Amino acid sequence: MKRFIIIGATSSIAEHCARLWIAEAPINLTLVGRDASRTKSIADDLKVRSPGSAITVVSGNLVEPESIQRLVNQILKDGNADCALIAHGSLADQSACQQDLALTAEELSINGISPVLFAEAIANSMVRAGHGTLGVIGSVAGDRGRKSNYVYGAGKGLVARYAQGLQHRLAGTGVTVTLIKPGPTRTPMTAHLGDSGPSLADVAKVAATIVSGMEKRRNVVYAPRRWWVIMMIIRHLPRFIFNKMDI
Amino acid sequence: MKLSSWGRLSDDNYPATVLSREIGNQQLTPSDNGETSIVYGMGRSYGDVCLNPGGGVYLSNGLDRLCSFDATSGELICEAGVLLKDIQTLFSAKGWMLPVTPGTQYVTVGGAVANDVHGKNHHSHGCFSSHINWIRLARTDREDFVCSPTKEASWFNATTGGLGLTGIIKEVSLNLRRVSSCWLDTETLTYSSLAEFSQISKDSEDDWEYTVSWIDCNSRKHNRGIFIRANHSQSGAESTPTKSRLRVPLVPPLSLVNRMTLTAFNQAYFLSQKQKSGMGKSHYQSYFYPLDGILDWNRMYGPKGFYQYQLVVPYESGMPAIKAILHEIAVSGQGSFLSVLKTFGDAPSPGLLSFPMEGLTLALDFPNRGDITLQLFRRIDAIVAEAGGRLYPAKDARMPAELFTAGYPHLPEFLLYRDPGLSSGFSKRVMGW
Ligand SMILES: Cc1cc2nc3c(=O)[nH]c(=O)nc-3n(C[C@H](O)[C@H](O)[C@H](O)COP(=O)(O)OP(=O)(O)OC[C@H]3O[C@@H](n4cnc5c(N)ncnc54)[C@H](O)[C@@H]3O)c2cc1C
Ligand SMILES: NC(=O)c1ccc[n+]([C@@H]2O[C@H](COP(=O)([O-])OP(=O)(O)OC[C@H]3O[C@@H](n4cnc5c(N)ncnc54)[C@H](OP(=O)(O)O)[C@@H]3O)[C@@H](O)[C@H]2O)c1
Repeated sequence: MKRFIIIGATSSIAEHCARLWIAEAPINLTLVGRDASRTKSIADDLKVRSPGSAITVVSGNLVEPESIQRLVNQILKDGNADCALIAHGSLADQSACQQDLALTAEELSINGISPVLFAEAIANSMVRAGHGTLGVIGSVAGDRGRKSNYVYGAGKGLVARYAQGLQHRLAGTGVTVTLIKPGPTRTPMTAHLGDSGPSLADVAKVAATIVSGMEKRRNVVYAPRRWWVIMMIIRHLPRFIFNKMDI
Repeated sequence: MKLSSWGRLSDDNYPATVLSREIGNQQLTPSDNGETSIVYGMGRSYGDVCLNPGGGVYLSNGLDRLCSFDATSGELICEAGVLLKDIQTLFSAKGWMLPVTPGTQYVTVGGAVANDVHGKNHHSHGCFSSHINWIRLARTDREDFVCSPTKEASWFNATTGGLGLTGIIKEVSLNLRRVSSCWLDTETLTYSSLAEFSQISKDSEDDWEYTVSWIDCNSRKHNRGIFIRANHSQSGAESTPTKSRLRVPLVPPLSLVNRMTLTAFNQAYFLSQKQKSGMGKSHYQSYFYPLDGILDWNRMYGPKGFYQYQLVVPYESGMPAIKAILHEIAVSGQGSFLSVLKTFGDAPSPGLLSFPMEGLTLALDFPNRGDITLQLFRRIDAIVAEAGGRLYPAKDARMPAELFTAGYPHLPEFLLYRDPGLSSGFSKRVMGW
């Protein structure tokens, strides 16, 4: 059985990826979340869907470096993962961050530093094993900073630059790093945005795009795919136009 | 969020809250201005049981997890937003299926409970709620609790078929059944009178688990139709057919369903089925869910949407009533492509407001042509009332309060269990709140 690991397993996007993976064939799956009971309820669902899969739940703090090290040691002591997805993140309240440095630091840690530390530890194990696919969820928000969410965007941008470097380092090895950039998606993270917010993609479809992109060992996956074009345009907009936009 | 039900008769904006398993009654309390809400599942009801003009909605798509499955007894515990399609797909591969399923699988478990849906095997398996062990109900005015046919049974009876008005169904324990195959052995027969339909129905009751018939409601001459009966095949696993994925891509400016297309379609359908009469084999997806093959088919009725009218009348008074109704419709030139005529067996429904009762049930679609459609309904209402029958709330967008009250004698008892924080377009229309 192939071994899969999901960090931030209670993420709705990650949960839907897991459903697709287990639907293909029974797998050995480790779900890592900060809250044991919420993570277990996902494990229960996946077990009903795939009784042949071996599913374990590991919980702990996903932000503190010592805790990350402990968690990674615990997960990897049983061997390397064929596939890992790092999914956790928090849609920071931009205006609150502007008033509160501690909060800004916290948001940068959860969206930027934490996923990078997990990726680094897991990538090293994949390098030793000589193979593996590592997916890290960034965001379209990491492609260009904008006033309405640049603290979140900066965390995601950190992930993007890190993934780029790791891809450079691992080029030509059996290890693939996939940077995943979802567009706005209907999940608990965006539930508060309501009608005034952006139109939201269906989470199951976003997950299907991610799973297929990782399977094809893509370096970058936009989900839904059309965000590739949209972000290409936004990235290249001249500053004098961009600065006039209320986004 | 903009929401419509399946009939597409309205398209209003609602404040929407996604339900999650962690949500407790504190978060469910009616809003300060006394505004009530209703759960919206997949919106496969045709009228306003899942809508709430002037109020809010709870979306059950956040409750989409399976909790456990016992492969010995067939007990499945799952959250209320799980789709019947997911259950059928996942478990039919292992030899288990839902014992009762409606004519579309794009329906949530909660919606199936709240309308106490029926399938083509009512005479052998009863309604959806006949196969439920327990329901976990959340209320806006008290903590979550579990009700079952033996524990808090009155709550159970109010909630099955309770149109989402007794609380929010969070979790359900239901029994799947073993099936010998995902394929069905079918037999297609034609009939050219209601008497003949009756005879075939009666003859099929003991030996055929599933029965259904399509009746041509446009023919003034005689009541012709196609009767299809089926049993699960005895042979085991066979391949699943490849799905055709058609979709009505947009809403045409006018209804594509009119007198001309109707007559032509019904004629063509009748003849094509007649050719197929005799024994055959059908996968459950095409036998149970023939319309699911065309996504968004409800768009073909155009921007004004359409009504469905489903009635049941007791056997004794039934045949003349059905005949009179079909006559009214044929004369009116309105009416639908595929009208469904079926029998319900004598299995009691636990639900106080469950629709099925022993007798004949007829379901018809009508393009919304405004007043003339509503006038036709009033004429049919009179026939249904006279025959001691009732209409199905899941399909209704217009029945008068008197017809509802007359058709559902347990209504006064039901009202004791209503959740003060919940109401729907339907409840406002026929119950006054
Ligand atoms: C093509 C087609 C064929 C059909 N065939 C049949 C058939 O053969 N037999 C039959 O009986 N019906 C049939 N129906 C009707 C359909 O099965 C019912 O309307 C069903 O209840 C729809 O489920 P839903 O999930 O879409 O619920 P909705 O339509 O969204 O809601 C239905 C009711 O359930 C309530 N509800 C939903 N979820 C919850 C919850 N979690 N807690 C509390 N209340 C809840 C809603 O408030 C509402 O009152 C058919 C419909 C279509 C479109
Ligand atoms: N939804 C979108 O529109 C969108 C768009 C672009 C990118 N993304 C990214 O996609 C990923 C998945 O998000 P989602 O949409 O699936 O949202 P989600 O369902 O709300 O999941 C968020 C996940 O992050 C975890 N998390 C949040 N704060 C945490 C913290 N301080 N410590 C540990 N874990 C924490 C949550 O854990 P708990 O369950 O324990 O709270 C949960 O697992 C995130 O990285 C997000 O930034 C989402």
